[in-house]
Amino acid sequence: MDAADTDARTGADARLADFERTIERDQRIEPRDWMPDRYRSTMVRQIAQHAHSEIIGMQPEGAWITRAPSLRRKAILLAKVQDEAGHGLYLYSAAETLGADRPELTARLISGRQKYSSIFNYPTPSFADVGVIGWLVDGAAICNQVPLCRSSYGPYARAMIRICKEESFHQRQGYELLMTLMRGTEAQRRMVQESVDRWWWPSLMMFGPPDAESTHTAQSMAWKIKRHTNDELRQRFVDMTVPQAAALGVTLPDPDLRWNAERGHHDFGEVDWSELKRVISGDGPCNAERIEVRRAAHEDGAWVREAAAAHAAKRARREGEAA
Amino acid sequence: MEPSREWPLYEVFVRGKRGLNHVHVGSLRAADAEMALRNARDLYTRRNEGVSIWVVEAKAITASSPDEKDPFFAPSGDKVYRHPTFYDIPENVPHM
Amino acid sequence: MSFDNALGAIAEDNDEARWAFGTGFHDPLAGIDASVPDGVDGADLAAYCLMLGDDALVMSHRLQEWCTHAPELEEEVALANIALDLLGQARLLLARAGAAMGTGQDETALTETVLTEDALAFFRDAPEFRNVRLVEEPNGDFAHAIVRLLLFSTWRLALLDRLTSSADPVLAAVAAKGVKEVAYHRDHAALWTIRLGDGTEESHRRTRRALDVLWPATGELFGVHEVERRAAAAGFGVDPADVRAEFDAVVGEVLAAAALPCPAPVPAEVAGRGGAHSAALGALLADMQGLARAHPGATW
Repeated sequence: MDAADTDARTGADARLADFERTIERDQRIEPRDWMPDRYRSTMVRQIAQHAHSEIIGMQPEGAWITRAPSLRRKAILLAKVQDEAGHGLYLYSAAETLGADRPELTARLISGRQKYSSIFNYPTPSFADVGVIGWLVDGAAICNQVPLCRSSYGPYARAMIRICKEESFHQRQGYELLMTLMRGTEAQRRMVQESVDRWWWPSLMMFGPPDAESTHTAQSMAWKIKRHTNDELRQRFVDMTVPQAAALGVTLPDPDLRWNAERGHHDFGEVDWSELKRVISGDGPCNAERIEVRRAAHEDGAWVREAAAAHAAKRARREGEAA
Repeated sequence: MEPSREWPLYEVFVRGKRGLNHVHVGSLRAADAEMALRNARDLYTRRNEGVSIWVVEAKAITASSPDEKDPFFAPSGDKVYRHPTFYDIPENVPHM
Repeated sequence: MSFDNALGAIAEDNDEARWAFGTGFHDPLAGIDASVPDGVDGADLAAYCLMLGDDALVMSHRLQEWCTHAPELEEEVALANIALDLLGQARLLLARAGAAMGTGQDETALTETVLTEDALAFFRDAPEFRNVRLVEEPNGDFAHAIVRLLLFSTWRLALLDRLTSSADPVLAAVAAKGVKEVAYHRDHAALWTIRLGDGTEESHRRTRRALDVLWPATGELFGVHEVERRAAAAGFGVDPADVRAEFDAVVGEVLAAAALPCPAPVPAEVAGRGGAHSAALGALLADMQGLARAHPGATW
């Protein structure tokens, strides 16, 4: 081995040491910092999947915008779904700081090479689903996302702060809608309970597989990409939600759910992990439909994007000639 | 020359109120600068009037690289938008 | 930082006005006397507000249908913003219509209960809607959406601009808020019309076709319904015939910049303003009103 090789290796080691020290001190990694390839690819994957989830997540609730039964609810829902488009954009923007390219990420989503949160593969047959998604799904998302405001990757952490603020508005509006329905007619109360029955277990699945089976957790924890394990966050969500359900007057559909004074936490039943696997692997009730809507929008929009690019090029040329 | 079919990436800088610097808030895609500006207003400020926005095509930005110990690197320079302290982080979120 | 501290930090609304969408609504009617002024006929004011409110409500609905189908994510946000603005205008105008309805000098028009915005939006049938037919036509491609938005917002901006001096202070305040919003919509549509008209061969062809399809509906924008005639005479409304010159000038300028031919003016007519609608409105209302009507008397 000659001296130049040794120097190069020492340089790489030093950069890795710098990187690890930055994380050790709880400081942020910034876009132009050196970072291990695996850190970069893990971050791109995580941020892109999160962005895809926001964009696909517009569909289940978006389906109720034109049908919302009051103009106030319609405005709130439209604003919320619009927020989700905004969140997707913040996140794609963060992914692009790592050298990822949004059109390429979109292509990966449409071709099924990159995933999104499986929760959005469930249908929304009832208007109460709008409230329950706000309460349970956005509530679970907040549990997952608040720790990400401290992600070691700076642009992601900053995007998450903005997103979490807006998500807390989403959760509040969902819960408020459910309170209104629970104070309403018998039919409205039934609507809420039926919706809770459908969404409770999928919400618990949002935290991912149990720690014992999670493949990414260990490295992600070491790099402070992830700050709590799946099971920790799931427990936290259950503990937060049980009193909210009581205040609302709905029953969570789990006969094993009870307070465990010894642990200081609620015990709850086993999630049907085979269902999660089925939904993740593309066999959920709405997988094909969700991707199809996104694909159609992207492909139907191609002539529009081309036209705008062509017009910009024409104008630039004309301005160049005039100058 | 065949024009690119993809919209370029623009970086967005917002001055939230008078007396503050423009702060880098993120990026977006647009076919031209005018579209970038309008999209930025919709996305990052919700058309808050009185807010000043700059957009600049990402490829037009020259940046120093922290680990090259660039002698020209200084927070008062004109290429500092990626400097962490230039980001708007609420003060009550510690450890940032 | 513990988890709970982080949640607390986020829950605090320290700069929500800057970042959060859909929050921070200002009441444009704060401090405004909502009683119907002397010399203004309550029934006419109500009917007139319904016309402007239904235009906004139905146009907003067509834009809401674009949600998750826009050609680019940035455009999702833009179209949703426009739909939200128009929905906001519709709510204020329907609420004004409901409040004014019971105050007519005509004794037979007196009703005990004030009709709410929701009663008017969800429990009227198509023949009772007063929107122009331009806004109820089913959606087509993005060129269709943009050309419709250009025609609609050019016309509406001209109307709202004049309504800022309406004899009805509520209508004047709603118009003042709406002028800022619709000016933005018109700009958005104009810029896109130019990009599409002067973009590629395909975009030019699609935009031209959208113009061909939509243009015949512009005659209705300038037809004068008797309520509009009386509203203009009483100083709280605008005679739509008066805004035609401005519409022609603005649309002509945009189409010229977009390398599109400007079609010949369509003779003015009254249709939607009198309750004559296409089948498309019935289908739209079935979608919009279905759930609300399935639960009469329910609160949402």
